[in-house]
Amino acid sequence: MFKRFDDDTRKVVEIFVDGRPVMAREGDTVSAALFASGLDVRRKTAVSGAPRLPYCMMGVCFDCLVTIDGMGNRQGCLVPVHPGMQIEIQKGKREIGR
Amino acid sequence: MPNSYDIAVIGGGLLGSAIAWGLGRIGQRVCVLDEGDIAKRASRANFALVWVQSKGLGMPAYTGWTMQASDTWPKLAAELLDQTGLDVCFQRNGGFHLALGEEELEQRSALLKRLHNQPGAVDYKMEILGREQVARMLPHIGPEVSGGSFCPYDGHVNSLRTFRALHTGMAKFGVDYRPEHPVSDIKYVQGEFRLASPNGEIRAGKIVLAAGNANQTLAPMVGLEAPMGPTRGQIVVTERTMPFLPHPLTTVRQTDEGTVMIGDSKEDMLDDTVLNLPISSVMADRAQRMFPLLGRLNVVRSWSGIRVMPKDGFPIYDQSETCPGAFVTCCHSGVTLASNHAFEIAPMVAAGALDKKKLGAFSATRFQKSDVRTSGYY
Repeated sequence: MFKRFDDDTRKVVEIFVDGRPVMAREGDTVSAALFASGLDVRRKTAVSGAPRLPYCMMGVCFDCLVTIDGMGNRQGCLVPVHPGMQIEIQKGKREIGR
Repeated sequence: MPNSYDIAVIGGGLLGSAIAWGLGRIGQRVCVLDEGDIAKRASRANFALVWVQSKGLGMPAYTGWTMQASDTWPKLAAELLDQTGLDVCFQRNGGFHLALGEEELEQRSALLKRLHNQPGAVDYKMEILGREQVARMLPHIGPEVSGGSFCPYDGHVNSLRTFRALHTGMAKFGVDYRPEHPVSDIKYVQGEFRLASPNGEIRAGKIVLAAGNANQTLAPMVGLEAPMGPTRGQIVVTERTMPFLPHPLTTVRQTDEGTVMIGDSKEDMLDDTVLNLPISSVMADRAQRMFPLLGRLNVVRSWSGIRVMPKDGFPIYDQSETCPGAFVTCCHSGVTLASNHAFEIAPMVAAGALDKKKLGAFSATRFQKSDVRTSGYY
């Protein structure tokens, strides 16, 4: 659904989404990289399990919650990617201790 | 007459709505006169325990009353679900009070002994468990936890949904709910009560004062008394997390939808629009020492609320000698005792008299004696 500009010449950054390598760009937020990946990155909400995607992209709506490098409930739209980042699409509530 | 009822319940919080629901359930014509949304309402600011352990030190009758409430809560939850479709998520698989360090455990143990040794106290089947036993039931405890007390009758509930279910249910029973009707004056005229409110006069054959701390002002209008000593409590709430805490504690519990509530302070201040942050931090620190993994969770809310608290911590149930048909009901544990209010108090009010054998100990006349003991209500 989302396509990068042809003249986007930023450096490629390799991240991992549920273990699969994804080529993001330097300066991407996690949410932007997930959108551009073409993968099904829908999380599930904590109570009803409804499928959701990032919405406001500016830190307000909390629909981008995702597990980053082992820590749950991070706001993906506020965190820039870094090489080797491990992202897990969060299905439901955060686990205690993660 | 459109503004005339068998019974008017003054106060639409957990206590008033449980009684009104119970009255509607047995076919009484009832109205509930309530304040508006900005009322200081313990029904929306509570810890949601249905709690037994350690209640009743200083008043043995309160132990039996509490046990009865715990025993009949499943019936209340089932009837509300059946009537309204709302699952209040009542859970009663036993609760803990955890101790940090040996000294706290010894203190807890001594308190339970005093409670249990009172003549007339019912057996709560409480046990002091050592660290290893606690760890088998609560696997995430931290190294400082020395043990704790466990009572198999303790439980908890979704109290906000309970509140909603009682209101939904009482409407279905035909109870008239009238918000923005704070009662400012009560007159007893020729066997009838006339209740003044900014939105008109209501008349009723009987009245039940269930107005929380405001009962202190209302009760003397009908020859009753209700000395209150409210306190403030603070709560810290975390984000939702997968279930990790299978039993509620006196100060930490995980709700049915996954948030963790950390309570609960007791302060003399009565402003519920501010927080005392040093107190919140002590509460959070203790909770984190009990369950170190809590330290990873984000706090999403914290709030304070005003407890409804009779002066000695025990419930007040009384009826007026000078204005027959007027009843006063006050208690701190509006969640725990909701089942008693619906199934016990309501039928007594409908019949026109409280059962002295059962409720005599809760009469406010006890405040006229000089040696009133206080409860330490957990």
